[in-house]
Amino acid sequence: MTYPENYRYTKEHEWIRLEGDTATIGITFHAQSELGDIVYVDLPKVGTQVAVGKSFGSVESVKAVSDIYAPVDGEVIETNDVLASAPEKLNEDPHGVAWLIKVKAAKGTDLSNLLSAAEYQSYAEAES
Amino acid sequence: MQAATLKRTPLYGRHCAAGAKMVDFGGWEMPVQYSGLIDEHKAVRHAAGVFDVSHMGEIEVRGPEAGNLVDFVTTNWATRLKAGQAQYSALLYDHGGFVDDILVHKVADDSFFLCVNAANQEKDFEQIRGSNKFNCEVEFASAKYAQFALQGPKAIEIAQLLTDAALAGIKYYRFTDGVFAGAPARITRTGYTGEDGFEIYVPPEFAAQTWDAILEAGRPFGIKPCGLGARNTLRLESGMALYGHEIGASVSPFEADLAWIVKPAKGDFIGAAALRRQLEKGLTRKLIGFEMRERGIGRDGYEVFAEGQPAGWVTSGSPSPTLNKNVGFCYLPVARAVPGEKIEIRIRNQSVAAETVATPFYKRKIR
Repeated sequence: MTYPENYRYTKEHEWIRLEGDTATIGITFHAQSELGDIVYVDLPKVGTQVAVGKSFGSVESVKAVSDIYAPVDGEVIETNDVLASAPEKLNEDPHGVAWLIKVKAAKGTDLSNLLSAAEYQSYAEAES
Repeated sequence: MQAATLKRTPLYGRHCAAGAKMVDFGGWEMPVQYSGLIDEHKAVRHAAGVFDVSHMGEIEVRGPEAGNLVDFVTTNWATRLKAGQAQYSALLYDHGGFVDDILVHKVADDSFFLCVNAANQEKDFEQIRGSNKFNCEVEFASAKYAQFALQGPKAIEIAQLLTDAALAGIKYYRFTDGVFAGAPARITRTGYTGEDGFEIYVPPEFAAQTWDAILEAGRPFGIKPCGLGARNTLRLESGMALYGHEIGASVSPFEADLAWIVKPAKGDFIGAAALRRQLEKGLTRKLIGFEMRERGIGRDGYEVFAEGQPAGWVTSGSPSPTLNKNVGFCYLPVARAVPGEKIEIRIRNQSVAAETVATPFYKRKIR
């Protein structure tokens, strides 16, 4: 699996893409493969404040569940409606159409302490 | 008569008194249905149902190296659990086939609680005890527990009437120990139906009072006592494997589409070498869902054909009461084990058209 170069990654298997102050957050290919067939995605409402390292939702599969942690501080400005009716998109395209939330990132947000694509890839390989 | 040798749960008398139809299930005399399979199935999808699953086995592993033993005998990564978390996992033979599929619960660093299939419990115990080169003890604990599954969108409201434990705070695949309907209980947010709900373990002497209390508390919500028939159609719709059908001694977790419960990075475990060899050689067959395209139901053991040639076999098949389709699982060569393949299932010497589809067949819409 290749991981997009323009994303940054957490050790909890989230990815984040920052454009201006808008951060798009999802879970990685590795995360969905650890869960199996995803059947339910629990996301926060628009307007919710998320905080670094705090759980903002969960992803549930046929026989497992995983919390999702925010890689940045900010306010939720959009959630991915597609996932309510088609949670399986998270298995099919976790780095693309199946993003989870968009956040207006807090001022001074810095992603430099998160993993690069190459760093995450070796981390994920050691975990599976 | 076989019946004299069948094992019974503490609720046998309750089931008979309620007019349940009883069957032999893996050596246990169990209720297959009460009011009717479809009625019970729909109660679980729309309100709530309660199942006596006291035939399930329990094995307890305790001691300083309990986690190491569980990691050695199972495929998933038990020592990564936090106390109060549960994990779907498998026991394998050295050759990589399933001894059983199980739920591992971490009670504490030195205490793990395993829920295993009724018909497999003795061999599971022998396998785990026989592999115990660690500083811990393995107890065959099935006689200590009766178990109920309270499942459905109303399950949490009903259960909350019977316990002080804050159930909304228990997430999926988590559990707590508390008092339930006056009984000391382990309350887990797990299930085998694809709905929200709980599995509740109590000492057998509390089984009858707990069962009665659940039905009483659930009556205003439309709860129904449910049998193994509805349990099977519910698990099939929600894409869950059943031992002896989708999984067994002759198939591996990779073939059964359960790669996600295999964690080689944790270190050695029983079956690891065989699984590694299987991956190196490449899989030949894999489990996939199907829907019938013509009249008929492809059932367990029926042959599957592709382009007129024998290709595999059906592991489970049933009408789906929720989707009004006839669905099932089958094994097919890897190249065909993808959605959209046209197949034929041989039903009583007739070839009946079916098509492979992605699973689960059913996903619930709300928590």
